[in-house]
Amino acid sequence: MSELHGLSAVELLVAQDRGEASAAEIVQAHMARIAATDERIGALLQVLADAARSRADAIDRRRAAGEPVGSLAGVPLALKDILCTRGVTTTAGSKILKDYQPPYDATVVERLADADAVPVGKANLDEFAMGSSCENSAFWPTRNPWDLGRVPGGSSGGSAAAVAAGQAPLAIGTDTGGSIRQPAAMCGVVGVKPTYGRVSRYGLIAFASSLDQVGSFARNVTDAALLLEAIAGSDPRDATSVHAPAEGMRAELDDGVAGLTVGVVGEFLEGEGLAPSVRDACRRAVDRYAALGADVVDVSLPHAPYGLPAYYLINPSEASSNLARYDGVRYGLRVDAPTTEAMMAATRDAGFGAEAKRRIMIGTFALSAGYFEAYYAQAQRVRTLIARDFEAAFADCDVLVGPTAPTTAFPLGDKTADPLAMYYNDIYAVPASLAGTPAMSLPVGTDDDGLPIGLQLMGPLLGEATMLRAARALEADLGLEAAPSGVGPLEAEGRT
Amino acid sequence: MSTAAVEAGDVSGTDYEAVIGLEVHVELATASKMFCGCSTDFGAPPNTRVCPVCLGQPGTLPVVNRAAVESAMRLGLALGCDISASQFHRKHYFYPDMPKNYQISQYDVPICAGGALEVPAGQDGNAPVRVGITRVHMEEDTGKSLHVGGTGRIHGADESLVDYNRAGIPLLEIVSEPDLATPEQARAYLAELRAVVLALGVSDAKLEEGSMRCDANISVNRPGQPPGTRCEIKNLNSLRSLGRALRYEIDRQIQLREAGQAVVQQTRHWDEAGGIDRLAATLPELPAAARQRLVAAGVPAEAAGVVVAAHATGVLDDALAAGAGPGEAAKWLANDVTGALGERGLELGEAPLTGAHLAELLAMVDEGVLSTKLARQVLEGVLDGQGSPREIAAAHGLEQISDTDELEAVVEQVIAENADAAAKVAEGNDKAIGALVGGVMKATGGQANPQVVNQLLRERLQQA
Repeated sequence: MSELHGLSAVELLVAQDRGEASAAEIVQAHMARIAATDERIGALLQVLADAARSRADAIDRRRAAGEPVGSLAGVPLALKDILCTRGVTTTAGSKILKDYQPPYDATVVERLADADAVPVGKANLDEFAMGSSCENSAFWPTRNPWDLGRVPGGSSGGSAAAVAAGQAPLAIGTDTGGSIRQPAAMCGVVGVKPTYGRVSRYGLIAFASSLDQVGSFARNVTDAALLLEAIAGSDPRDATSVHAPAEGMRAELDDGVAGLTVGVVGEFLEGEGLAPSVRDACRRAVDRYAALGADVVDVSLPHAPYGLPAYYLINPSEASSNLARYDGVRYGLRVDAPTTEAMMAATRDAGFGAEAKRRIMIGTFALSAGYFEAYYAQAQRVRTLIARDFEAAFADCDVLVGPTAPTTAFPLGDKTADPLAMYYNDIYAVPASLAGTPAMSLPVGTDDDGLPIGLQLMGPLLGEATMLRAARALEADLGLEAAPSGVGPLEAEGRT
Repeated sequence: MSTAAVEAGDVSGTDYEAVIGLEVHVELATASKMFCGCSTDFGAPPNTRVCPVCLGQPGTLPVVNRAAVESAMRLGLALGCDISASQFHRKHYFYPDMPKNYQISQYDVPICAGGALEVPAGQDGNAPVRVGITRVHMEEDTGKSLHVGGTGRIHGADESLVDYNRAGIPLLEIVSEPDLATPEQARAYLAELRAVVLALGVSDAKLEEGSMRCDANISVNRPGQPPGTRCEIKNLNSLRSLGRALRYEIDRQIQLREAGQAVVQQTRHWDEAGGIDRLAATLPELPAAARQRLVAAGVPAEAAGVVVAAHATGVLDDALAAGAGPGEAAKWLANDVTGALGERGLELGEAPLTGAHLAELLAMVDEGVLSTKLARQVLEGVLDGQGSPREIAAAHGLEQISDTDELEAVVEQVIAENADAAAKVAEGNDKAIGALVGGVMKATGGQANPQVVNQLLRERLQQA
């Protein structure tokens, strides 16, 4: 048997059922893995060692007593540090919330506790989830386990890196414009952004409210679906959560793709900035779908090229509004000054990083009287056109595919001086975000440097089950499911 | 020209008519807040009716209160509005009593639009009027700031405290068309709207307690001319305030126009107590009143005049309160104190003399501890900051000698040295006693109590 930290969530559940491993042993193994790797990767802002151990002990006791346990009992998990955890520091990657301890748990955190999952750490991220490289974290940049000189992607870079490095088989991320899918692609793991509204956002520190969605990371599709089932479902505290059954994410997993229509998005695969290695890997994946019996057709999302500019108006606009509350009055950082206004200004100046300030300024401008119509309202109209493109495409297709990101992981510092180059990472991810449709990234190979490449799969609204089914079929065919975990420079750390 | 416009000209007695519209806020009487489950109880201890949602904690989300929406719809129906699907917006401004630094309100898609309220003829003699209702929309209230210490106002307070119990209480804003032409009509409209709200039971609508609040928009124009520039008036927390503020504002705008000046569009804050009244209450007692009061208290008129002119009323009042007699105290202040201060080039306020000092000094004279002459010396010490009269007298050994045993020896010695004078006194020549008293005073360095000395001399010489 592999080391415990190399097992999938499903394998860990089976091992416990069979009495081959206890939750305590599983947590201990992952703590050891974190200790061995995280000094170099920096995936976790905070390791929850004591809480994880006591939770594992409680699960073991219940299991021993024959009491029922949850669907993720004893499975370690990393939580992006933008989900509120009661009494446990939650920073959103920002200095302005450096010591903030929420007075409540996010709904997702409660549901994970109900499922008996064991959070082992709070994962690093770009400040307030603004970024595509994890370099905007106010604390430190996370490094890609495949190449420590490269970024893990972002903003959920810590979550993706933790899963890739074997620190936890599962992680929670959030995706506003690719923040789960792009780091999943760059770290060679599975990352799923469900339909907007599938998962409660109560307790997710808001960034761009009409786009934010919580989702899952795992090293295989089945685990990702399992985690999604545990956290999905309507929530009376989130009026935007959808009333749709949470179960059934795994219902079609092993049904194969024969009879499915897979649409290949021309605007994505023919994109100008697309790295040839990524394009080739995606084309090979498409060929496999045809070989597996799917109908492969070309589709167009004609307004998708307008997605990025529309996204970068909507996103900063909503961010500027959501970040208004960080003023030093009630919680978080306070920089004292003679008047209330001066205190607020000094606090916000000291507390926010450059990217947050950039988006606050752009967003405040775009929402101001006289510009609202030309910017935010216009961008929302573009968004409607993109959503209609998806509707039209899904009239003929069950799932759409294309690249997740234009390139594989890039070196640290490569794009920090050029915000537009950084934003360009999101070009293939934002259309699904704007449409609210589910989308995911699946590892489909590596480039010449051995860096992972992700294929993006997109489903219709609430169509996660079919999207996951198509992903699972390709995953099984490629036989890559166990490969990405802890490979690269960490191979020497003892993973077999 | 409408009936209302003619009436405006009549009522204000000018060639102008007024155009008035009201924005009324009503706090809904729901059990819980607009977007969370917190209680709306009034009067709870600060920050005890709060939760992560209404405190704007990171990650929280609003969930609209069904009862609040239904209250808005019921009021809309009562006002004949169209009710439709509506939208919330965020109204941004940075203020500490607003937890999210935006207020969730409604903007371009309110829940109720386009109604009217029939306002009956009122006791003021105003004609009935139909007032259009532009819209009724929902929003959340803010918390309350409390400025403590220092000046107690937002600028200059030592601390600002915020109570978020009110943050998130549901509000309805009812915006009227500018269909009102007189302050009386505006009052009648507000009274009728309040009656509707009370009849529906959606709010207790207390203007004085702030559960119903009113802002007014008002402009004036000559009949037949387009409406003038409007001003908004806030803080109208009674029907009386509404009427007075509108009357004042109509007059102000007419005066500006008559003077050829422009009305500037602005938001104005009605101060019912009135800035002048409040300042008037801060005036001190003026000289005439002070003189009158002092004379009535027994101070001679002339001394009272000097004391008041020397700005010494406070010191005198304190001295009287400490038991000094009004005549003596005033006389000392008017003469000795004023004179000694003049020598020093000081005003009374600059010297360390208090009313208590003066009372103590006079008491020492009364008790015979100090002669008038010694008392003047002690006063000098007080004015030089050496301490209280008793401290100074003790420190300098200035207490009068009234002890007969001590004085008798001196008296015997002086009589022996002035046998002629003593003989004259003994013979009944009373004037001669002065020389003997003077001798005793000289021998005691002026500390002998002259009355005691006098008595001792007479007893000694006239019994012989």
